[in-house]
Amino acid sequence: MTRPALDPRAGDEAVTIYERSRAGRRAFVAPECDVPEVPVEDLLPADARRDQPARLPEVSEPELVRHYTMLSAKNFHLDEGFYPLGSCTMKHNPKLHERVAALPGHARLHPLQEPRYAQGALELMWRLQGALAEVAGLPHVSLQPSAGSHGELAGLLLTRAYHADRGEQRPKVLTPDTAHGTNPATVTMAGYEVVKVGTAPDGGVDLDDLRAKAGPDVACLMLTNPNTLGLFDRNIEEIKRIVHDAGATLYYDGANLNAVMGIARPGDMGFDIVHFNLHKTFTQPHGGGGPGAGPIAVSDRIEPFLPIPRVVAHGGENGGAPAFDLDFDRPKSIGRLRGFQGNFGVFVRTFAYIRSLGGDGLEDVSRTAVLNANYLKARLGEEGIAEYLPIAFDRTCMHEFVLSGSPAKERLGIRTLDVAKRMLDHRVHPPTVYFPLLVEEALMVEPTETETMERLDHFADVVRSILEEAAEDPEIARNAPHTTPVRRLDEAGAAKKPVVRWRPVDENPGDPGRAKDASASGTGAM
Amino acid sequence: MSRYTGVTEQDLREMLSAVGVGSVEDLFAEIPDGVRLKRDIDLPPGRSEQEVFDELAGLAARNRHCDAEVTFLGAGMYDHYVPAVIDTLLSRSEFLTPYTPYQPEVSQGGLQVMFEFQTAIAELTGLPVANASVYEGPSAVAAAGYLAKLETRRTKLVASRGLHPHSRGALRSHATGYGMDVVEVPLDAEGATDVGALAAAVDDDTAAVFVQQPNFLGTVEELGGLAEAGKRTGALAICAADPLPLGILKPPGELGVDVCVGEGQSLGNRLDFGGPSFGFFAAAERFLRKMPGRIAGETRDVDGKRGFVLTLQTREQHIRRERATHNICTAQALNALAGVVYLSWLGRRGLVELAELMLRRTHYARGALGLEPINPGPVVREFAVHVPDLDALFERARAEGINPGYRLARDFPEYPDGLLVAITERRTRADIDRLAALAAAVREVVAA
Repeated sequence: MTRPALDPRAGDEAVTIYERSRAGRRAFVAPECDVPEVPVEDLLPADARRDQPARLPEVSEPELVRHYTMLSAKNFHLDEGFYPLGSCTMKHNPKLHERVAALPGHARLHPLQEPRYAQGALELMWRLQGALAEVAGLPHVSLQPSAGSHGELAGLLLTRAYHADRGEQRPKVLTPDTAHGTNPATVTMAGYEVVKVGTAPDGGVDLDDLRAKAGPDVACLMLTNPNTLGLFDRNIEEIKRIVHDAGATLYYDGANLNAVMGIARPGDMGFDIVHFNLHKTFTQPHGGGGPGAGPIAVSDRIEPFLPIPRVVAHGGENGGAPAFDLDFDRPKSIGRLRGFQGNFGVFVRTFAYIRSLGGDGLEDVSRTAVLNANYLKARLGEEGIAEYLPIAFDRTCMHEFVLSGSPAKERLGIRTLDVAKRMLDHRVHPPTVYFPLLVEEALMVEPTETETMERLDHFADVVRSILEEAAEDPEIARNAPHTTPVRRLDEAGAAKKPVVRWRPVDENPGDPGRAKDASASGTGAM
Repeated sequence: MSRYTGVTEQDLREMLSAVGVGSVEDLFAEIPDGVRLKRDIDLPPGRSEQEVFDELAGLAARNRHCDAEVTFLGAGMYDHYVPAVIDTLLSRSEFLTPYTPYQPEVSQGGLQVMFEFQTAIAELTGLPVANASVYEGPSAVAAAGYLAKLETRRTKLVASRGLHPHSRGALRSHATGYGMDVVEVPLDAEGATDVGALAAAVDDDTAAVFVQQPNFLGTVEELGGLAEAGKRTGALAICAADPLPLGILKPPGELGVDVCVGEGQSLGNRLDFGGPSFGFFAAAERFLRKMPGRIAGETRDVDGKRGFVLTLQTREQHIRRERATHNICTAQALNALAGVVYLSWLGRRGLVELAELMLRRTHYARGALGLEPINPGPVVREFAVHVPDLDALFERARAEGINPGYRLARDFPEYPDGLLVAITERRTRADIDRLAALAAAVREVVAA
């Protein structure tokens, strides 16, 4: 392969920080002990004391920095290239956001600081709540949930409290068969039973199936619109009628909100509860798996049950500056979902984003995201690609679309996984693969609004070249990637005999391969 | 076009032509008219980068942060020194901007970090397996409750009042969903969990008991005895722990604890007004396939080269769906990176030195304050005292730029005059002596 590897030292065997350890090295020097050096034995009883120090590594600062810098070079990342991971909304992370989040007034603010000394933070949260409420078309917002899945759980706990308050017991929650996996998992955690609703031939909710299942035993329908196929459900008004007539709540999974800001609001579609993924729509950097935040917006009838504390404003009606506070006195509240007030650092970034773009800018985000997706869909619909990777539901898409790799598998002998792995050699991130489940060999493509036409064209060219190459020699894709720091990994083996932590060599007698490598890299005296 | 998008007029014409529509508006034709927003979003117009910076800086300036006062406020998050290496490494785009490592071949950095993090947490807790992070402390406690439900199918959870009030709150809220009741056990006269009351509260319906080490008041709990009492009817012993004091405290895993969870902020994470930080989740080996969240595992590639993958994914929501062990997806990878970098920066000896410094200063401070202790036994990093006139102390102290700590009455009506004082390596003897002088002055006023 001619392309350079991600890491010029890709040939090196991985070495953990523990294997770099050498007794006596250190990066940390303790501050002076300015109080009497009372023996620890006098302060802690013997049965409470640790016998041996935790086996943390012993490294100097330069070795520490090099170790993690070298590791970082093995990651593909958004600042490096195209990342069309469907349903993940990998849009550019504005660099301003890191700077404002790091201001000491934000980063060094204690969560239990008295509200009168945290007015800036509470005002930011208050104003962010208002902005998210306007985007959702629902009047009440709690910023507290930590991520989308936590927001979903909040939504179902709110639904349970709402029905309990009315003296109703409803054991079931409906989810479409196209739903994100977090939806059914959340349903179980919230103590409900999952009932799946089918998909109609046009990709929307099967209304007949919904009517048959929406009864007095149903608490909620969890939906995302546009759905996971990237299609706007044209029957949303009828869906709302069916669900509300059954006495259930309608929950909006905000994973796909990037398609509809300023275009159509979940509240106006009849949803009672919405979660936002601030790490998707609102550009919180994903950090390789978090942090995120999953605020929720709700309708009037759900509001009494929102988590505590609530951020509230007092005064300010007569032109004076309002005062902001935390309200814990909410007798119908479901209670707390986590510690403190939520992922405030994420709120700062989101607020900066909303202030940078304004209302017009947010609408432009969605319009451009949908334009980019339809353009890329058109480019991938060209001859030479569409025969092998056809669009699963060929309608105008919203911010993402789904291809099926079935023809490529049959006619070229390469699976969707092979296409994805070969993309890695071209230094673009593959789309989400094998989801949604109802499309065979699915590739779910979400380009986002921050990509230029040239980037989209390049991706289409990459896909075309992979397919052309496979027509000549499918083995190249089947064995891809070739240029990455490691090649395909034995995931089945990893799950069968899990090694989920490093251990010193002498604790691994049963695994000769493991021990050999550790000694080859020079295990320190740990 | 905003500064984050790049569709020129020329691009727009070409793109619409390729799509085969006349305008962007045509792309939204499938959205029913009844649900269209027929006005602009009612938010102020966008602003330049410089203006947004100034606005945010103005808001930040209205917060009294930990460099603007001497703070003894803790109660779950602490004013620790965060070393410069963490800023340097966490700001690297390679760590900051990838998604969850779904393509391991181009995610070895993030996956190896998870593996190293899991190792460090396992070492600290004395338990063999740990995951790659959960949201934060209190929801980690709730996640442990869910594991106890899956494991035992029982209906009752018993929680010490020494468990952080936010943890107890999150546990109750989540348990309402998964169908369990939470019973609280009081603290004894010395601010430690009442072991007799704990033993009495546990019955055949009990799925788990929850304690915290050190507990909310800073008391070093007799963890072994609590775990034994809690487990007498087959319940799991679950401990929430502050990872820094674990540098000198006996690991919960060596004292009969089955699951150890906690808040990771004290490991190299900012205060951030409460988040993001990370939660950790460690457990006995037999719970490996019931753990929540991502777990990185070591493996080999097709060439036999060492590598790391997300493993045991059949536990997780995207595979197992409604039968998943938890619904968590996005967790706190970047914050966990800060955690493992911090622990590696401290190192094997540094962690002990730091924890011992905290231990000695905590005891020094309790003595120096000269106030009646609520928890007179062994404490680390935090302790609670009765203050005769709490309002007067706060008033004077805050006027002098000192935050004396946390008013316990907010969560503990049983301690109406209680003050919780937190000590970190940033609180010097001089800081402590200033607080002690204020306490003495207020005492004299009250006495007079």
